[in-house]
Amino acid sequence: MNDAPTKDEFAALSDLLAILGSIAALILGVMISIVSVDDVMVFHGLVFAVAGAGALLYLLNKTFSEGTLAGSRYTPDRRPYNDDVIKAGVIATMFWGIAGFLAGDLLAWQLAYPALNFDLPWTNFGRLRPLHTSAVIFAFGGNALIATSFYVVQRTCKARLAGRWAPWFVFWGYNLFIVIAATGYLLGVTQSKEYAEPEWYADLWLTIVWVVYLLVFLGTIWRRKEPHIYVANWFYLAFIVTIAMLHIVNNVTMPVSLVSTKSYIAYSGVQDAMTQWWYGHNAVGFFLTAGFLGMMYYFIPKRAERPVYSYRLSIVHFWTLIFLYIWAGPHHLHYTALPDWAQTLGMTFSIMLWMPSWGGMINGLMTLSGAWDKLRTDPVIRFLVVSVAFYGMSTFEGPLMSVKAVNSLSHYTDWTIGHVHSGALGWVAMISFGAVYCLVPWLWKRKELYSLRLVEWHFWVSTIGILLYITAMWVSGITQGLMWRAYDSLGFLQYSFAETVDAMHPYYVIRAIGGLLFIIGSLIMVYNLWMTVRGAVAGEPVAAEPETSGPVPAE
Amino acid sequence: MKFSHAILEKHSILLTVAILIVVAIGGLFEIAPLFWIGSTIEKVQGMRPYTPLELAGRNIYIREGCYVCHSQMIRALRDEVERYGHYSLAAESMYDHPFQWGSKRTGPDLARVGGKYSDEWHVAHLTDPRSVVPESIMPGYPFLRERALDYRDIEDHLKANRAVGVPYTDEMIQNAKADLEAQAVADSNGASDLTARYPKAQVRTFDADPSKISELDALVAYLQMLGTLVDFTTFDAAGPNLR
Repeated sequence: MNDAPTKDEFAALSDLLAILGSIAALILGVMISIVSVDDVMVFHGLVFAVAGAGALLYLLNKTFSEGTLAGSRYTPDRRPYNDDVIKAGVIATMFWGIAGFLAGDLLAWQLAYPALNFDLPWTNFGRLRPLHTSAVIFAFGGNALIATSFYVVQRTCKARLAGRWAPWFVFWGYNLFIVIAATGYLLGVTQSKEYAEPEWYADLWLTIVWVVYLLVFLGTIWRRKEPHIYVANWFYLAFIVTIAMLHIVNNVTMPVSLVSTKSYIAYSGVQDAMTQWWYGHNAVGFFLTAGFLGMMYYFIPKRAERPVYSYRLSIVHFWTLIFLYIWAGPHHLHYTALPDWAQTLGMTFSIMLWMPSWGGMINGLMTLSGAWDKLRTDPVIRFLVVSVAFYGMSTFEGPLMSVKAVNSLSHYTDWTIGHVHSGALGWVAMISFGAVYCLVPWLWKRKELYSLRLVEWHFWVSTIGILLYITAMWVSGITQGLMWRAYDSLGFLQYSFAETVDAMHPYYVIRAIGGLLFIIGSLIMVYNLWMTVRGAVAGEPVAAEPETSGPVPAE
Repeated sequence: MKFSHAILEKHSILLTVAILIVVAIGGLFEIAPLFWIGSTIEKVQGMRPYTPLELAGRNIYIREGCYVCHSQMIRALRDEVERYGHYSLAAESMYDHPFQWGSKRTGPDLARVGGKYSDEWHVAHLTDPRSVVPESIMPGYPFLRERALDYRDIEDHLKANRAVGVPYTDEMIQNAKADLEAQAVADSNGASDLTARYPKAQVRTFDADPSKISELDALVAYLQMLGTLVDFTTFDAAGPNLR
């Protein structure tokens, strides 16, 4: 009867495995740094070794003080949910968000005033651009998804997050991946596949982290006390599973050597282009859409205190969205050397994709039935709802731009950049802001946010920023597209390429100002969250011992 | 038995497997056929693997992120063909691991930039773009000229390319270093061997500085060969290889 391993033994085993893992990381990192002649690989080996050493020190300290390995009784964390890792995720989300927005706005100013490239290798547009895209998509968006998915899966399953160290491994491992990828870009290490720029060794590390992420998520679902898996979890699960598939297939590559940062992708030319945009469009479809729809399906009903509008629509929305999205990639390759059949297929599915996208939007918006007044009184709800409105707008614009005739004008221009940012700033960032505004008081056990007035300010400043951004890009994109194809009365091309670049300048300045407003908004948010964590409520003095006190009475 | 969605909602593994099947279909239909439908890549004359110097230059092009602002894919549209030249063929990027078609034209398309400008123009333009194009918003890359090209492991680069399907021969791999050095020096002894192995390879000091092989030499060598391999005076778009 007592043959089954006890809780103590499980804890000791997981501590031991975690310690062995961090020793392995330390040794591997040191070895790579010693053997490699590639300077960046030496540096990344050291980063890896330092991460391993840090984990090892923490674990040794923790296990000795708790005594799991010394044989004394292990006292498990009795709290029903593991929220510490989510708190870390929320902080990382805001940190990387600000970093990514700043990088983006610097790029915007560089396009308006090229002297800002400083003609140095580490500061030029070409190296900073993947830094920006990875920081906002994978660092900001990824940390937001990991944090909210861990929160949502625990609450909707009424179960504690699976694993003793695994959730922390997911968090730190993922952020280590980001540090390795980002420093690599600045030092000139890139695969050049958009949104899949990290080289082979960073990709391998991410694969390990991602598998553990899937196991933690599924493991928590297996512990659930609810018979049904809630709809938000379907979306998170689809996001995790599909990103794994896309990541692995798109990054099959041949390293020059095991200690070289450089590799050559397995595919070439037209097949590589198709594989890349199958990946690239579904980084949008599954990372930036399915995952954030999971967020929508939890935080909007929760904050509005209304049930999801339609269960049936959720099912239809889910399966049609994930089935159709995966086909849409070829619309990035219209009129190229990709065979016409593939282009037409991609366009057709992109247009069909409009329907599930709007089905999801309707399901999100109509959840407010009976609670529409909250749109006026609660600026956090406004973030969540306006994000869904932006989602609807950009998922209408997307199918439009995938039509070949429209695409012949819009492709290669700033229109695409504007489209991406209406989705990225309007949908992804705003729903994340809404979710984080919900999460911080819940996680830190505060009664309410420091100031709803500051949330109002954040909302309007960033909304104006987004509108400046996307309208500037519409005008510049359509202008440049028309200038490229303009003919004079004698039948010659009217404009040289350089003239079309010159015409973009005012729009680039407006866009950069829009981006700056967006950053100011997010700084307001960070201040507001910081004050909330400290336990302050606007207009009242800060509590005497903010770190330990519970919610500050607001009455 | 009547299917009910509740089955999927209650079994996480079934749900996971169902998701995987549903999301795998699109890729299987769109990507897999490109590997076996013969007409995907036209049969053309003139395509060859990159010379070691061009390959090194291409890696610098990738390293500096040139692809984020420059496409290498001329679409089959009237204005593009008039501005840049014959529309790009799938065959022209068949040895590109990875492809460099790009997605944005903050700067012009480069698929056929080879031979359009002199080496001197490229050197001036890459060092200080606004010295030759006042409206340009391109960053300057003055450091490329100062940096010696690191080609210690160039054979390994050719081998890795061969492993993913680029037809480099043993002879090409053995002579990679010699070929690289021969291409960057005008009237070099190895030039005839190089051009025998790599037809149409251009041999000269690309950055006007014969004292060393710089990163700029490699990059300009790469830019000057872009789009020059297929002879479009003899290519027949309406021939049997029409897509």
